[in-house]
Amino acid sequence: MSESLPAILLTVQLALVTTLILFVIGTPLAWWLATTRTRFKPVIEAVTALPLVLPPTVIGFYLLILFNPGSAIGGLWVRLTGDTLAFSFSGLVIASVIYSLPFMVQPLQTAFERVGRGPLDAAASLGASPLDAFISVVIPLSLRGFITAGVLSFIHTVGEFGVVLMVGGNIPGRTRVVSIALYDHVETLDYAAAHALALGLVAASLSVLVAVFLINRRYPVHAG
Amino acid sequence: MATALSGQAHADTVRIGVASNFAEPMQALAEVFAAGTGHTVIVSTGSTGRLYAQIVNGAPFDAFLAADTVRPARLVEDGLAVADSVQTYAIGRLALMDLADATAGTPSPLQRLQAGDYRRLALANPDLAPYGAAAHQVLAHLELQTASASRQVFGENIGQTYAFVATGNADLGFVALSQIRHPGSAPSGRHDLVPDDWHDPIRQDAVLLLRGAGNEAARAFLDFLASPEARDIIAAHGYEAPE
Repeated sequence: MSESLPAILLTVQLALVTTLILFVIGTPLAWWLATTRTRFKPVIEAVTALPLVLPPTVIGFYLLILFNPGSAIGGLWVRLTGDTLAFSFSGLVIASVIYSLPFMVQPLQTAFERVGRGPLDAAASLGASPLDAFISVVIPLSLRGFITAGVLSFIHTVGEFGVVLMVGGNIPGRTRVVSIALYDHVETLDYAAAHALALGLVAASLSVLVAVFLINRRYPVHAG
Repeated sequence: MATALSGQAHADTVRIGVASNFAEPMQALAEVFAAGTGHTVIVSTGSTGRLYAQIVNGAPFDAFLAADTVRPARLVEDGLAVADSVQTYAIGRLALMDLADATAGTPSPLQRLQAGDYRRLALANPDLAPYGAAAHQVLAHLELQTASASRQVFGENIGQTYAFVATGNADLGFVALSQIRHPGSAPSGRHDLVPDDWHDPIRQDAVLLLRGAGNEAARAFLDFLASPEARDIIAAHGYEAPE
């Protein structure tokens, strides 16, 4: 198990960073989707949901092309950091943010739609700035959505396999996450190590999900 | 094709599990074999390890063309393959590839490897893929294992390794010569053939499975694999045909 420790730490680190970035990106996006009246909304919603239905190989293949140092984005990254996006932790974060985006946006959007614009308008009429009102009114009312979104994004990133396989390059301590280490154990017939990791993943995912459902009972949806 | 079929007293069907790296030559071989015998060949491709696991779990294959020698031997041990049917049908050649312009006169891929003049060196995972194990041996032979260690990136198989180099994400990589010879492969780039005495031969073995022991078409196909006609096809795809 000790040889699996770097993979476990890396996976937790990746999932944490990804979830934090997704909160920053996903919150305004979900709020906009929940409140917009534009007729392009279904298109944006579809694009946001795309990672749910696309095979990880499609995302991985496009990311490989995007990350290539000869491309605009890949080249800019090499000039800025001296390292390629592929085979790096930063590359995995970008891949994970894209891959887990719907798991952040959809629960938040649902929560925001339940809250509606009403409380925000009420707070505004009392003189609160929009951001102020959002933080002190909307976020507490949507707490359950935030918890669900955060946990799902985290767990989904932990369970990510196909995209990381394609852009990661399987480097110990840098891009070899738990799911890749597990795959290697299975392919090399090291079933004992595979069992340990697989059981660990199942136990961790299960306990986190149980915790979410418990919290959801504790914080029921506030009727707007 | 119709005449070949009608000329056959009884045409059998042979199902063959084939290592992904051999999918292209296999298609050419199957066409020639089918045209000559009237038998029908049904090919399933996959990684050698996955095909092995499928065979152990009852996959309906009559013969298995692996990418290594280990899995066919293990199937014989498992009592799932006919012992004296194991034969080497192809020997893979390793190439070191980059995307530089072939006419630029810049240092060759092997020179770049030895000078350490690269950012990322792609190779197949040595624990999983025979080409990766061979690449490891080459690095050991050149005493570059330590110098390159921090810049190595691993594909799960040789196909993914090729993709790392072909998309430019790794600027140097050990690939299979058969991939470079592939008609659909990258239009640009160049390669050095790695001398084959720098690593153990990448032998690919075929074996008749127990399920196919009574299948005339399966035996006929394995005989055909060793024929001069088949060897020419195998060699044209970037493999060496065994003596």
